[in-house]
Amino acid sequence: MSLPPLRRPAPTRTGFECDPAFVAGQFAAGVAVLVAAIAVASALPRLPWGLVDPLLVLIGSHPVINALIKALTVTVFVTVHVIFLIWLERKFAGWMQARLGPMHVGWKGALQTIADAVKLLMKEDIIPTRADRILFIAAPFLTFMPTLLTFMVLPFSEKWVAYDFPLGILFVLAVTTNISLGTLAAGWGANNKYSLLGGARACAQVLSYEIPMAVAMLSVVTLEGTMSLTEIVKHQQHGWNIIAHAPVMIPAFLIFMVCGLAELNRTPFDLPEAESELVSGFHTEYSGMRFAFFYLGEFAANFFTAGLAVTLFFGGWLGPWLPAPIWFGIKTIAVVTLFMWIKWTVPRLRVDQMMGFCWKFLVPASVVVFCATAVWVMVAGS
Amino acid sequence: MAEPLTQQEVDTWRLPVPGGALIVAPLDRLTQWARRNSLWSLTFGLSCCAIEMMATAGSRYDLDRFGMFFRATPRQADVMIVAGWVSVKMAPFIRRLYDQMPEPKYVIAMGGCASAGGPYRDSITVVKGVDQFVPVDVYVYGCPPRPENLINGILHLQERIRHEKALTRRGAPVPAREPVIIGGEA
Repeated sequence: MSLPPLRRPAPTRTGFECDPAFVAGQFAAGVAVLVAAIAVASALPRLPWGLVDPLLVLIGSHPVINALIKALTVTVFVTVHVIFLIWLERKFAGWMQARLGPMHVGWKGALQTIADAVKLLMKEDIIPTRADRILFIAAPFLTFMPTLLTFMVLPFSEKWVAYDFPLGILFVLAVTTNISLGTLAAGWGANNKYSLLGGARACAQVLSYEIPMAVAMLSVVTLEGTMSLTEIVKHQQHGWNIIAHAPVMIPAFLIFMVCGLAELNRTPFDLPEAESELVSGFHTEYSGMRFAFFYLGEFAANFFTAGLAVTLFFGGWLGPWLPAPIWFGIKTIAVVTLFMWIKWTVPRLRVDQMMGFCWKFLVPASVVVFCATAVWVMVAGS
Repeated sequence: MAEPLTQQEVDTWRLPVPGGALIVAPLDRLTQWARRNSLWSLTFGLSCCAIEMMATAGSRYDLDRFGMFFRATPRQADVMIVAGWVSVKMAPFIRRLYDQMPEPKYVIAMGGCASAGGPYRDSITVVKGVDQFVPVDVYVYGCPPRPENLINGILHLQERIRHEKALTRRGAPVPAREPVIIGGEA
């Protein structure tokens, strides 16, 4: 076998380089993917396809078909967007560490995640002999499904929301708690000590941080007087919550962000999959596509939490000139980038620090913010 | 090592449809492309070669350019870089890690010790090359090899994956692979 000579010399850069045009381009690409997915879905019944058009409108108005189309759209959107987000994360990690990140698969490594996905699909699928088979197989779906469900109520614009649930926030809180069930199932089912520790940590962490997160979200509900996510955005017509009600909403936002990081299992709260102590935490025993599902769920949750922060505090789809979903996309990817920034900057916490911080500081602080919001509403209302 | 597709290849894959043509690439080719561009390696260092391996993954040489990064668990790893000398006591554990990796899996023997025992060849406690208990795909020369040479080895591994048959019938015997030996002149 004749082999070609080494063609790629090592990079000779010395300092931190980050091409602003490239960053802007990546940003735009993410927004474009997001908008295209939704636009295709919303335009589907109105495409000028002659005879197909009335047929599509007819079946589109059928509740079951309508729901199916929406579900399919959300699923495809989540999958496509996760592919983009993972690439962004790796490029971002590269820039934070004065590296380049993926470069050789597609333009600036843009096809990297697709290569990873195809490879994972083609890998051997290992189910350990001593594992609890049912739990082991079910766990990736148990973690992914709640995340997918939450996208149901996330409003991309006034019209682009799969189902405008009047109790949206309650629904989100109820559904996201179930993610910990999946991680616990993965940890227990794999019959591996690292998995079990990781699963137990994930469960404890998510359940603890749920409480201050819920109270921070309740502050917004107190302010707006509604639990519907679309209504909350509509109430921000005359100023985003975080600006119009800054004294109470900035602390609420900070609590929300910290709890969001913990719920997403991202650094500094990545104890459930701490590589230096727990190998890979609850997905230690997972290979191939089953492992990819955990990643899919994690990054989808990442996008959702950012979208929720935007909806609650940054006026959702509201913004001048540009169409509403584009504004939502821009804001959400900005918050996602903030998550990545934090992830690649700070080290991991210890377990006791993580729990202590939640119960000794965040829970009381969130209650104080909640009471302050109630007083703020009384003062502003009178 | 993204070699451009030849016109002949593209022509054979062309599928005419009304208003244009589709190109249907064989799944084999797609799989090879995905595999060689997504070689996740096992976080696993034995001695001084591991320092060079870390340097290769670090900022200056950046293995992530090739879509390669370290996974801590063998279940999610594709390539095992044996970086350093292997004692007789360590060998069973390396074999176990290799067995825990899902197929397809590759092994790079990095440096003189992993290849043949290196300067400790006369010691009774050092295994004379990891090929005594795992099948090695690429031997990388050096003591320790420079990061450039390790990257060279990885590129050769990618080249080998490009030439191997990615899809085989279930149960069909997998053909044995001849190892690649990388000299020090690269």
